[in-house]
Amino acid sequence: MLVHSRTGKWATWSAFALLFVPLFAVPLLVILAASFSTNWSGALPSGPTATRYTAATSGDSLQALTTSLVTALCASVLALVLGGWAALAASSLGRRGKRFLDALFMLPVAVPSVVVGLAVLVAFSRPPVLLNGTRWIVIIAHTVLVTAFAYQSVSAAARRLDPMYEQAAASLGASPARVLWRVRLPLLLPSLTAAAGLCFALSMGELSATMMLYPPDWTPLPVQIFAATDRGSLFTGAALAVVLMGTTLLVLTAVSRIRTRASYR
Amino acid sequence: MADTTAPSTTAPTSTTTPGRRKAVSLTRTPTWAWALPPVLVLALGFLYPLALVVRQSFTPESLEDGGASLTPYTEVFASTVFREALTTTVWLAVGATVGCLVLGFVLALVIAFVPFPGGKAVARFIDVFLSFPSFLITLALLFIYGSVGMANGAWTGVTGAAEGPFHFLTTPWGVLLAEITYFTPFVMRPLLAAFSQLDTAQLEVASSLGAGPVRIVRQVILPEALPALAAGGSLVLVLCLNEFGIVLFTGAKGVTTLPMLVYSKAILESDYPAACVVAVVNIALSVGLYSLYRVVSRRAGA
Repeated sequence: MLVHSRTGKWATWSAFALLFVPLFAVPLLVILAASFSTNWSGALPSGPTATRYTAATSGDSLQALTTSLVTALCASVLALVLGGWAALAASSLGRRGKRFLDALFMLPVAVPSVVVGLAVLVAFSRPPVLLNGTRWIVIIAHTVLVTAFAYQSVSAAARRLDPMYEQAAASLGASPARVLWRVRLPLLLPSLTAAAGLCFALSMGELSATMMLYPPDWTPLPVQIFAATDRGSLFTGAALAVVLMGTTLLVLTAVSRIRTRASYR
Repeated sequence: MADTTAPSTTAPTSTTTPGRRKAVSLTRTPTWAWALPPVLVLALGFLYPLALVVRQSFTPESLEDGGASLTPYTEVFASTVFREALTTTVWLAVGATVGCLVLGFVLALVIAFVPFPGGKAVARFIDVFLSFPSFLITLALLFIYGSVGMANGAWTGVTGAAEGPFHFLTTPWGVLLAEITYFTPFVMRPLLAAFSQLDTAQLEVASSLGAGPVRIVRQVILPEALPALAAGGSLVLVLCLNEFGIVLFTGAKGVTTLPMLVYSKAILESDYPAACVVAVVNIALSVGLYSLYRVVSRRAGA
């Protein structure tokens, strides 16, 4: 539409490909290719192998994967309850109350995640709450970090919700709890599942805060990837990274299926 | 909205939100009380820890119980490591933001206005890209431009030289490249949303009146895109200031940013007061910019 001539169009498209492919597609492909190779010191990888994956799906690495999955699941459920509740409560408040809650719940996005990690470490390494060295400290930090995204997603959807439905239900004598459970939450289901997927993906890839406070017996996958690359075994790191990306994508696809089923109901 | 005739029990339907909502939540508990539990949980898990960080930053190890002192601040501000980290962080963030804005604008422009088959797939790919952690980019760059990576390997293979020409990965430029790659999609998403609302008739009219593509971009598209650019750019600026994974994975001793300094002070040196001082500075910088972002994106009508 902007460029009308045939040659102009092709020139634009090839410029686009020249920028897009090396910057965005190549990195992911390189990780994928590296995870299947034994050696890569020329233009192309050499020695196709799948041994990295047997290593990446057993022992410590398998434990790291389950650790990541459990952490991400706990953090996203907690964040969804916390953020969703706050967003629903905010939607029935006045303008100033809503602004206050917005600012409060979006604050963790602005604060660097390393600092969130440091803060949680400082706070829960001393009485009254001693959690240092347990898995809970990791889960708390992840929950704090992803709650903002759950809040943002649910509050945006709650704002778009047509109030007619609730009013109709209430006028027919439904109690507020029933209106919430039978009208508002089902209508918000697509955004809730989207928020769950987002929170899960973010928590799966969280490294900054985790580096500050993971206990030795609770190392999530990103920390494991860093440990592998830090000691020089880049190819193991690549295989672990592919496992991480694959798991995240799998969960995201599953979650988006729930969403489509809900929105066609 | 104003003509809603839903029979409500008490309050007549008004155009303001609170009045409309009150008709629904008819309980003895006031509405604000429902907001208390999540706020309390957040306060316990986030605000209380932050407050402790601020308190710790005023408590040097010599006076562990009680008593505030500015010693940690004067010590940290006087150190060259901190000053270098501050300048590195700021120029890296600004550079990456400018790079993301230019690149993101060009790429979004092509996807939206010079459509090609597979453009939808590219837009989807960008969404997927956003859900991956940032350090994967550095990991990939290590394979491509690392000292034993494919670019250097190809070079030594062709020329027979002892080592390849690419050594920028452990310098700030490597971090800059990784940040631009990772954060460009954050600019493209709001831009694509803004472009999809732009009426193409405007472009047709401008074009039929004789404006060339460059002029259309400058005088029609760019003004429409400015709010989205401002919002996306300030978000990327904040995210770059806070970025840690990318810097950690390059493993460069020469590149120290503020989050990296927090990590090394706290975990490697166990100097918590100093780490907290750096953290407070980083919070001030990021939260200040983030508030600006909120104002800008609200103005932009997001």
